[in-house]
Amino acid sequence: MKYRSAFDIIGPVMIGPSSSHTAGAARIGRVARTLFGKLPKKAIISLYGSFAKTYKGHGTDFAIIAGLLDFDTFDERMPKSLEIAQEKGIEVIFRTEEAITNHPNTVKINLFDGQDKLEMVGISIGGGTIEITELNSFPLKLSGEHPAVLVIHQDRFGIISAVTSILSRCEINIGHMEVSRLEKGEMALMVIEVDQKIEDMVIEELKNLANVTQIIRMVE
Amino acid sequence: MFRNVAELIELAEGNQVKIAEIMIRQEIEVSGLSREEVIAKMDMNLMIMEQAVERGLNGVHSHTGLTGGDAVLLQNYIKSGKALGGTILLDAVSKAVATNEVNAAMGVICATPTAGSAGVVPGTLFAVKEKLNPTREEMIEFLFTAAAFGFVVANNASISGAAGGCQAEVGSASGMAAASIVELAGGSPKQAAEAMAITLKNMLGLVCDPVAGLVEVPCVKRNAMGASNAITAADMALAGVTSRIPCDEVIHAMFLIGQSMPSTLRETAEGGLAATPTGRRLEQEIFGSGNTVKLKDLVIS
Repeated sequence: MKYRSAFDIIGPVMIGPSSSHTAGAARIGRVARTLFGKLPKKAIISLYGSFAKTYKGHGTDFAIIAGLLDFDTFDERMPKSLEIAQEKGIEVIFRTEEAITNHPNTVKINLFDGQDKLEMVGISIGGGTIEITELNSFPLKLSGEHPAVLVIHQDRFGIISAVTSILSRCEINIGHMEVSRLEKGEMALMVIEVDQKIEDMVIEELKNLANVTQIIRMVE
Repeated sequence: MFRNVAELIELAEGNQVKIAEIMIRQEIEVSGLSREEVIAKMDMNLMIMEQAVERGLNGVHSHTGLTGGDAVLLQNYIKSGKALGGTILLDAVSKAVATNEVNAAMGVICATPTAGSAGVVPGTLFAVKEKLNPTREEMIEFLFTAAAFGFVVANNASISGAAGGCQAEVGSASGMAAASIVELAGGSPKQAAEAMAITLKNMLGLVCDPVAGLVEVPCVKRNAMGASNAITAADMALAGVTSRIPCDEVIHAMFLIGQSMPSTLRETAEGGLAATPTGRRLEQEIFGSGNTVKLKDLVIS
């Protein structure tokens, strides 16, 4: 079931005009910001399908940037986000792509700040509900609606068990979990959606595990 | 968790409660929030809807000038006493238009189920309210009933114009509103499902063809017709009229129709009304040669 809550249907409260092209786009931008962990210096936004054809009319461009600025869907500053980003010295580049994607509302976001880079693909599936489908070339499925922890690690035996053991000991229930890797023995990604907020202490413990490269926390 | 309308009706009848109650119970379970928190959250959405309608009825215009002011025209016409359609019907139409005019003007609205179709559910609620005099709690329940039916459509078909055309947006909204009106008026869960089916059947195949890609033309007026469609279907169901095709089968038909719809008619502004000579001219006037600067200026000014 793609939609789980009554508030996916009656909601979100948002700045018009489009739930998928404005509110959904803002949410995708905000997830990218959360995953990046800070304001980027440069952002390249590649739009596909209906996003590419109608982004001007729907304000998809300023909505995504509003998300990168950490604005919520109902933030009245949203229509001015392109200007605000400019004032903050963020370089923003929009590209419209011709390639046919699986979903008509697809966006790829590349963020940069010195050595730090992030590439994320998100889709807006309707009514403001979104899914993150790719992160740094790893396929994944993340709604951005639940607290989650993303573990980037070396593909070695025992890591999944080590991570889940820590969560188990801290009495954190896992709602959804998936693992993916680019190649056997190389970098791998674990996406764990949980039911409650994850405390700093847990994150620290996860970071100290052997073969773990990076921990990203997502909160509601 | 209910997966389709048949299960939803069975749950409501089996527990002898309203559809709204089934949705509230499911929300409590899925979210982990208390009943009070879930109700308060919907109350907040209801408040946003009230504010949007009020703003629209005072007269609002979009940045492009394509839409705005029609809600006021309609209210004045109702007051003139010359209206041919019933007052409730026209009041619903004007309030649906009011909400979508606010949406087009980039104001704050609550998506129901989407922003482009945000007028139908509140428009009909605030119109039938005048006759049915619901309590605040019943108005909140109206939204949960709408959510329950929208939830089924979203999970079995689509509520995205880009994926399924306007039938998925205004069509879904209209069906949701019809079912909620029936329940508020005292109809049974089964009658609510009949109203949903009757409405959706008449929205099947509706394409998404926004002029210049803006959620203005024809979206605002489609919300008006969505609202009147909902009230008519609700009255039919309350009168005892049933749909020959069960609600779940209508929803599945809608899904298949959406899948076979060409992309030019799914929110790409490449076909339908967007591709008419006037549609193209308006696009040219608003966006010129196709850079984003112009819209940005429009929005900020």
